[in-house]
Amino acid sequence: MSPGILEGLSVLELGRLVAAPYCGKLLADLGAEVTKLEEPGVGDPARRQGPFPDDLPHPERSGLFLYLNTSKRSITLSLETETGRRIFRELAGRADVLIEDCSPGELERLELDYPRLSALNPRLVVTSITPFGQTGPYREYQTHHLNLYHSSGQTSFTYSGDDEEERPPPRGGGYIGEYDSGLTAAVGTLAAVLGREASGRGQHLDVSKQEAMMCMERVDIGRLTHEVQPPPWRGQVGGMLKAKDGYFMITPAQTHQWEGLVRAMGDPDWARSDLCKDETARYANREKIQPRVMEWAAGLTRDEAYHRLQTEGTPAGPVRDVSEVLASEQAQARGFFAELKHPEAGAQVYPTAPFLFSNAPWQGRAAPLLGQHNAEVYCDELEIPGEDLARMAAAGVI
Amino acid sequence: MAAPGKRPPLDGIRVTDFTWAWAGPHGTLLLSMLGAEVIKIESRARLDHSRMRSLMSGTIQGGPDDSPLFNDLNLNKLSLTLDLRKEEARAIVRRLAAQSDVAVQNMRPGVLDRLGLGYEDLRAVKPDIIMLSSSAVGAIGPESTYAGYAPTFASMSGAAHMTGYPDGPPIPLSGSVDLRVGTAAAFAVLAALYHRKRTGEGQNIDLSSTEVISSMVGEAFLEYGMTGRIQPRMGNRDSVMAPHNCYRCETGEWVSIAVGSPEEWAALKRLIADPDLDGEAFAGPLERWQNQKPLDEIVERWTRQRNPAQLVEMLQGAGVRAMRVHSGDTIASDPHVAARGAVLTVDHPSVGERRVVGPPWRFGEDGVGVRRAAPLLGEHNRYVLGEILGMPDDEIDRLTEAGVLN
Repeated sequence: MSPGILEGLSVLELGRLVAAPYCGKLLADLGAEVTKLEEPGVGDPARRQGPFPDDLPHPERSGLFLYLNTSKRSITLSLETETGRRIFRELAGRADVLIEDCSPGELERLELDYPRLSALNPRLVVTSITPFGQTGPYREYQTHHLNLYHSSGQTSFTYSGDDEEERPPPRGGGYIGEYDSGLTAAVGTLAAVLGREASGRGQHLDVSKQEAMMCMERVDIGRLTHEVQPPPWRGQVGGMLKAKDGYFMITPAQTHQWEGLVRAMGDPDWARSDLCKDETARYANREKIQPRVMEWAAGLTRDEAYHRLQTEGTPAGPVRDVSEVLASEQAQARGFFAELKHPEAGAQVYPTAPFLFSNAPWQGRAAPLLGQHNAEVYCDELEIPGEDLARMAAAGVI
Repeated sequence: MAAPGKRPPLDGIRVTDFTWAWAGPHGTLLLSMLGAEVIKIESRARLDHSRMRSLMSGTIQGGPDDSPLFNDLNLNKLSLTLDLRKEEARAIVRRLAAQSDVAVQNMRPGVLDRLGLGYEDLRAVKPDIIMLSSSAVGAIGPESTYAGYAPTFASMSGAAHMTGYPDGPPIPLSGSVDLRVGTAAAFAVLAALYHRKRTGEGQNIDLSSTEVISSMVGEAFLEYGMTGRIQPRMGNRDSVMAPHNCYRCETGEWVSIAVGSPEEWAALKRLIADPDLDGEAFAGPLERWQNQKPLDEIVERWTRQRNPAQLVEMLQGAGVRAMRVHSGDTIASDPHVAARGAVLTVDHPSVGERRVVGPPWRFGEDGVGVRRAAPLLGEHNRYVLGEILGMPDDEIDRLTEAGVLN
């Protein structure tokens, strides 16, 4: 097997739920050795959140945990014990990166904060991921995904064009804002790893989830801070359309893309009239044009519309649920999904990575059982005698 | 020269940037914020349409240097105009690529190859080049020539289907979808730079925008495999937690409140102190979830009498997770955002002072972030050709007159 892209990178992860574990997963799936520290007997709280096979909760069968912790090792370690902290310092002394999501001040209380770890290992990169960052009045605030999502400005603008005065904008599905934070943190982390080659020194990265999400919405936020009352935007011609079997999206933004739509509709006379003569006219006459496009869309299936429009050069895409994404020909042809076998959860199908590297195929492994790698890390690598391991377990250290 | 400790992490890395629209430029924006020198290849014959229009606001007023969208997504970069229909222009790109570490592009798969500027062409002049191609659904597969924008990526990824209200259409999120794609591209490029440092090998990277978004709702695929269930659109609700919604305040603004644990519920109940919450209907988490509509009404009856900032402070102080629902027009003045300086002001030669969101990470010491305004169209032709490629002035003049630098 060819080595992974990030082979040789040693990462400790003290992360829970979604954001920090996703950061670790991105590195692990590319071949970094990511060792996840979990609380003895309890583990990452994601283990207690579903989905579970047949809805039966089991700490080794959480779909959320299994997805976010592929390719990692798991060790258990209690940082509330002096022995646990000593072992943590030893691990941090050997690592390239520590990813952590403790509340600001928590690592300082444990005497494991960046200045102390950096004194032991000046090359260490520490990436701290918290809802609002290490400084500022909200640094202690806690969030669920709902609160985080709406704190970010990501609902400033949606393509629906509807003026929903009566109800608030809906949150993004799943945990997408948490993923935003983990992905952003992974970019900063790798940059710090590259940067230390020149400087010889690690870094402390402060990643605020709110800011990571704001950056994903930077265009709209930048614009709206200047245009507090932007002119009403009724939406472009096209957009989200209802087909026979669901919805599809078209974005005929440029002239040649509009012309592709006209050809796909069979060149109706109205589309060649002054009503549609240029982009400005189409926007001004949207109320007249859109119902005709909707009527055309209603007679097609999503896939008919998709292929017909794309063949004519107009960007379009069917709204697919996850089962349809799994079954799509394009995903199959690219090998985007892979089956991984796990001793407790069995064989499940996972999304792999959205980027294909010419020099290294994706080679993710199933997520670890809680403490699965205790012996490997503590005995083989730290050379702690086996009998001490039993004592540490009895004392609740591991 | 800057002090060694002040050099940003990608100092010395040069990127030949063929990207346009939103997704690709955000990827190279992140690389530039980390210190890379990003040279954007543009053409008057085929302008980056973010200089002209957007799906969210239609046609932009003013000229190509005045677009707030372009000027946001292209901070720090240099602009080189080249008419790639001319062989002399393509030769200049190859000379630039030979002095670059990375090339990034998001044209339709095949377009750059036909121009003689694909990965194999660039590798011929720079054997360890890292090239990332970002496309709608990837550069291989039966639909590889299909095009898309953010709303189609979200639609095809599975994410739009699970975003929105149960009685409304799927919502393809926002322009953020493109920026996620760009962030994933920056990640892949950095990983390839790490690999190059270790092995000396370059890389060709094929990124699917749609797959980026799918991978950010990954657990939904596991849920389908494990239970056969497809996550429904839930508005602001949750499949387990309640209350879990946005509630109107006295000012008309919204505050989000999400209650996950018994402790959080006890704290919220204590603050609201409404006897209507005492009954059987809200006794346990399951009951609260089943009765969340009347529960939401009681919570909102309480929030409606209160100021959003004070409400959030009180709820967070009591251990209840709550935040203001921010829109672009309120977020920059939020006291926390202001205290962290998360929104910066940049002076642009054509449009003057504009506010922009700063970098998404705070590095301990290096000079990461916004260094200069977005480039005017072709602003750096003379610098790139003269300083980087070492062309004499009269040659640059000739190329300008011949319409090569156009």
